[in-house]
Amino acid sequence: MKETKIVVKDLNLFYGDKQALKNISLNILAKRVTAFIGPSGCGKSTFLRVLNRMNDLIDNVKTKGEVFIDGVNIYDRSLDIVNLRKNVGMVFQKSNLFPKTIYENIVYGPKINGIRDKQLLNEIVEKTLNQAAIWDEVKDRLNENALSLSGGQQQRLCIARALAVEPEIILMDEPASALDPISTAKIEELIHDLKKEYTIVIVTHNMQQAARVSDQTAFFYLGELIEFDRTTTIFTKPSKKQTEDYITGRFG
Amino acid sequence: MELKKRKKDFVGFISLGIVRLMFFFLVFVLILLLGKIFIEGIGVISLEFLIDSPKNNMTEGGIGPAIFGTIAVTLLMVIITVPLGVFSAIYLNEYAKDTFFTRIIRTSINNLAGVPSIVFGLFGLGFFILFIGKNLDRVLQTGLLFGQPALLWASATLAVLVLPIVIVSTLEALNSVPKSHRDASYGLGATKWQTIKNVVLPQARPGILTGTILAISRGAGETAPILFLGAAFFLPNLPIADICIGGYCIPMINPTEQFMYLAYHIFIMATQSSNPTKTLPIQYGSTLVLIVLTFFLNITAIIFRYRFRKILGRL
Repeated sequence: MKETKIVVKDLNLFYGDKQALKNISLNILAKRVTAFIGPSGCGKSTFLRVLNRMNDLIDNVKTKGEVFIDGVNIYDRSLDIVNLRKNVGMVFQKSNLFPKTIYENIVYGPKINGIRDKQLLNEIVEKTLNQAAIWDEVKDRLNENALSLSGGQQQRLCIARALAVEPEIILMDEPASALDPISTAKIEELIHDLKKEYTIVIVTHNMQQAARVSDQTAFFYLGELIEFDRTTTIFTKPSKKQTEDYITGRFG
Repeated sequence: MELKKRKKDFVGFISLGIVRLMFFFLVFVLILLLGKIFIEGIGVISLEFLIDSPKNNMTEGGIGPAIFGTIAVTLLMVIITVPLGVFSAIYLNEYAKDTFFTRIIRTSINNLAGVPSIVFGLFGLGFFILFIGKNLDRVLQTGLLFGQPALLWASATLAVLVLPIVIVSTLEALNSVPKSHRDASYGLGATKWQTIKNVVLPQARPGILTGTILAISRGAGETAPILFLGAAFFLPNLPIADICIGGYCIPMINPTEQFMYLAYHIFIMATQSSNPTKTLPIQYGSTLVLIVLTFFLNITAIIFRYRFRKILGRL
């Protein structure tokens, strides 16, 4: 039943001379929500960006180690990065919708992947907006500028946009950190719905959020993976002292 | 507590006075200059003046060929400089790594903007006419077609002159596109070129347009660079040639002809004319036309930039 989607083996990452991630190994389960927690600068966001090779865009970053998605090493030289990023979608901390219409934002991904058929694009828009639970709010204003939406709506639209290229994995980098509690609740509900079909990895600052939405939790500290276990275990009886200290709010 | 009376701040009072005086002096000079040109020039301007050729040894008639020449040259200049400038800027901003070499190139571009324009004129004569033109003639066996002063070479020289304006404003526009939008595009599986084409360039477009318009208004006002490059004293005929395909002929700008140029026209009317006093009204009229032309171009640029900032401010 429990199928492994991502396997990370001995991953080390350097920014120039500075080591940001140290010997990270973990397995992420398919169709589950995995949360990365830890204090600022602990490497959790960097590690998230390892999973779709977004770090490649930054100069001076060196990655060593292996990351397998469905058994394929994504750091293999022959790998098509464009295809990887299509399979591993990403939602960023702050909404980064393009200054285009709602419709154009959704079809951006499908279009660059070569879908031209109007009918099909319309279907994709309706389907993904429904998946992101925002269809009812925007169906009458698809041709309005996406930036006219509220912050929470924008973030759900970002999720819809990521879904439009039909990924199997969705990475979320503190998707609710800039939102009010009601919008945050909607995003969390959405994450809960999406895990039926997608493997979700979420970075969060908010420990209650990690406890609410995730099945597994990884605790990072100073570039190291301190503890990785089922969320209930991490939050009730962590095996490491550092994890317990962080969760109970003694530092971080 | 005893409240003291405020001491008079004499230094502040005097400096404010000086700054104010300077400001009013500047405005006064500007109004004087523009007002004089406007009052003297407006009487001359009529439809005939804008269309007609100079007459009677250039002491009467209009400035039609000069306006046409200015438009033709700047148009060709834009066609040459915009692709060159925009693609250079895209390369520098998006592809080139920050090395010693690219830093030298960036500095050179900024320095290019400070080179006196007469130097560009000499460069154009030496490089475009004597080197490229003469060799083209030799290779294509066209006799003396390219190896002489002509509209094409004037446009090319002005294009080099305004290149820094286009490059710098494009660089600025590209830089102002938020990194998060690029990340979003890459995250959806876009390649670098797809990201530039679909996300970066559309957002940078107003900035590029602003640079282009500023370049036009700069190019239209230049005299020195085109002195040796085909600007003519008097040419009653427009530099036009019919291009015929089958039975249909379309008049097109002929880039191998010489041309008249507004800025140059003002210069010769004031210094080389047979009767500079008699032509004074024509000089005022031409100046007014040139000023209005560049003024409108600059206003358009400012409006574009304003709208551009407003769009970015919303993000």
